[in-house]
Amino acid sequence: MFRNAAAISLHLVGLLQGKKAGASVTRHLHQTFTMAKQMQARRLKGLDYNPWVEYARLATEYDAVNLGQGFPDFAPPDFALEAFQHAVSGDLMLNQYTKAFGYPPLTKILASFFGKLLGHELDPLTNVLVTVGAYGALFTAFQALVDEGDEVIIIEPFFDCYEPMTLMAGGRPVFVSLKPSPTRDGELNSSSNWRLDPDELASKFTPHTKALVLNTPNNPLGKVFSQTELELVASLCQQHNVVCISDEVYQWLVFDGCQHISIASLPGMWERTLTIGSAGKTFSATGWKVGWVLGPDHLMKHLRTVHQNSIYHCPTQTQAAVAESFEKEQLCFGQPSSYFVQLPRAMQRSRDYMARSLQSVGLMPVLPQGSYFLITDISGFKSKMPDLPGAANEPYDRRFVKWMIKNKPVSSEGLRPLHPLLFCKG
Amino acid sequence: MLLAQKRLGSLVSSTKFLKTVNSSRLLEFSTSAAMSLKFKNTKRIEGLDKNVWIEFTKLAADPSVVNLGQGLPDISPPAYVKEELSKVAMVDNLNQYTRGFGHPSLVKALSCLYEKFYQKQINPNKEILVTVGAYGSLFNAIQGLIDEGDEVIIIVPFYDCYEPMVRMAGATPVFIPLRSKPVNGKRWSSSDWTLDPQELESKFNPKTKAIILNTPHNPFGKVYTKEELQVIADLCIKYDTLCISDEVYEWLVYTGNKHLRIATFPGMWERTVTIGSAGKTFSVTGWKLGWSIGPEHLIKHLQTVQQNTIYTCATPLQEALAQAFWIDIKRMDDPECYFNSLPRELEVKRDRMVHLLESVGLNPIVPDGGYFIIADVSSLDADLSDLKNEEPYDYKFVKWMTKNKKLSAIPVSAFCDSETKLQFEKLVRFCFIKKDSTLDAAEEIIKAWSRQKS
Repeated sequence: MFRNAAAISLHLVGLLQGKKAGASVTRHLHQTFTMAKQMQARRLKGLDYNPWVEYARLATEYDAVNLGQGFPDFAPPDFALEAFQHAVSGDLMLNQYTKAFGYPPLTKILASFFGKLLGHELDPLTNVLVTVGAYGALFTAFQALVDEGDEVIIIEPFFDCYEPMTLMAGGRPVFVSLKPSPTRDGELNSSSNWRLDPDELASKFTPHTKALVLNTPNNPLGKVFSQTELELVASLCQQHNVVCISDEVYQWLVFDGCQHISIASLPGMWERTLTIGSAGKTFSATGWKVGWVLGPDHLMKHLRTVHQNSIYHCPTQTQAAVAESFEKEQLCFGQPSSYFVQLPRAMQRSRDYMARSLQSVGLMPVLPQGSYFLITDISGFKSKMPDLPGAANEPYDRRFVKWMIKNKPVSSEGLRPLHPLLFCKG
Repeated sequence: MLLAQKRLGSLVSSTKFLKTVNSSRLLEFSTSAAMSLKFKNTKRIEGLDKNVWIEFTKLAADPSVVNLGQGLPDISPPAYVKEELSKVAMVDNLNQYTRGFGHPSLVKALSCLYEKFYQKQINPNKEILVTVGAYGSLFNAIQGLIDEGDEVIIIVPFYDCYEPMVRMAGATPVFIPLRSKPVNGKRWSSSDWTLDPQELESKFNPKTKAIILNTPHNPFGKVYTKEELQVIADLCIKYDTLCISDEVYEWLVYTGNKHLRIATFPGMWERTVTIGSAGKTFSVTGWKLGWSIGPEHLIKHLQTVQQNTIYTCATPLQEALAQAFWIDIKRMDDPECYFNSLPRELEVKRDRMVHLLESVGLNPIVPDGGYFIIADVSSLDADLSDLKNEEPYDYKFVKWMTKNKKLSAIPVSAFCDSETKLQFEKLVRFCFIKKDSTLDAAEEIIKAWSRQKS
């Protein structure tokens, strides 16, 4: 409380000083902003707000336990840490530029590892591109393929960057929602319960549809799309000649015996799919910012053009660390000692623990089939505490999150841009 | 046949195609035509697929070639820089996301360092952005501030990415060449290459959004003087234009020269974004970290681009860079500070290159800064007749030299727009941030070459 009071009073003092200065402030402002020209490029219109920046700042300010932003608070596995240590103390030339489209040992291992999984032989030079995180992969894909006026189908709820990236490319996002079927009393809701309506999905495709963004396992729901669900998406993509941008960063984090399926492995999909992965999520090393795109050369060549005209190279040593990490994993793939077996097992226990904790305070979690997120229905709270502080049209879930950060020692992200009513039934 | 029928099935519903099938070949053509239209590149990257480095790197990849082409040090980074990264790699909690606009300890170090030069406080959170190399800063600046229909002035020769980045933003590059003054028996220097002030002014008009300045200059190594920068600053203010100042070689200036920052000129801070590079500062190009420094009202737009493109840069590399900076910030007047020791080391290599090039009749332009040296190859009169294509002379010369002399360089016309290529086609760029054994190998080749000629 004292901290809160202190922070607020400092803010007020700052304002008062500004007001006292009066005319000279105005003059100073005028002198500072002498450029008459519009500064911000039009492609950035409406894109300045970013929820992560806001909530991360709040969590730090209120010293909250941050369960909001998606990164582990545990270390990467030992073999990954060692791989990075080898990369930084090994060959001197790893301190210098590597190949623009990917450090060769990394593109080689990605091609061999994922070729098997996608059932398609991958050429490290033409079918693999290394990017600055999966975030960078998404940006590169949008810039390469989405033109002004193109429509991009985005499934709600979605990782927030899909919308601004579509807009920055001059595209038009077209939303379709996953919707939960009602559960019986006492039955725990599951992410598998959230589905797309096939007719509704089909209705979203128009001659202007350039791409559909698929995210499986889904952030924030944790839904793992089934074979049937993917076949539906696949058949519509083929029917309407649409590119599928498949964000599969959580591909190893699947629970309860669920199977992650890459849509690129379905018939007719390889030639129209970009499959995006992340070292950060794979090896619990988000700070390495290494991601990749896998796809057919006729699409990848456009991503390479964007890449060489935006950042050109990715850092060498982090790529070398990821390459060695994959090489280690390839040796024990599918075995109990594999990190890709151990991590989901550990995460499943955390998931179950979290679900029980939430239930114990009257919240209603949606049990995720994958990813390391869990969403929870707060409608029980809304009926008890309908008036939380916030801006006039601020959705309830955002107000709830801010209230929770300030009053309870746990932060969480508001579920953007899911329609708040979905969480405020009753 | 089955596959063709499947594709036909999907086409029929969307394009109301023919019901009868006469020839499966006709179908396949239509299928691939329909597919290829939708899978074509976006307009923003039309014509931007070519890249000079891809071509020449491949050429020089032959291990028997002495590579003085790409601007990549083969010298070791300083020991303490490598050590900081090794230390960081032992720390578990530096492997997760850090602050998107720049790791806190790094932006603090950058702010502390640059405040000394800008003689003003630099807000680490609002006036600094950390990017994926200086390349990333250029991209963020252009995407953040340049609109479709804008004009951007680019000085020729230019670091090759300026043109495609400006075009990708839908803007029009407007070129102005550096021109050499007559040398009259003196040693040819990068300072002999200047801009004509009237010609420069003629390039400015109400559509001019920005001018891209590069000092020290790649490829010439020109270090712009106070008077030259004042001309540019005056025009920026007169025409209300931004200045994107690429100063990646800021520490690499040789005796008798001083690096000046145009953002410190009156009226320039509020309209300039200044770009720096860890790769060039600490000889760690593979760390791919750069930064933009400028007023909040400009940097905030670069930050918006960042949060919609890559979001954040790698954490451990940023932390190691911050620690390396702190070591040198504390000893800026010490000759052992890398900002002082590297230019001293490179000046020796520069002078060695000048002698080597002169000894074989390659006429060098002595650079005042940077780590490249240009040579005029016309007096060599190399026999390039078996390279019959339409490429500029210097492209053919470099290919011939790489193949026949096992020495690689980069043609200067690669740094020119299509109109000015011919003006610079007798010039070739050599990189000299190379260890002594590499320069020894180059010397062997050049001595043998010179013996062959006499």
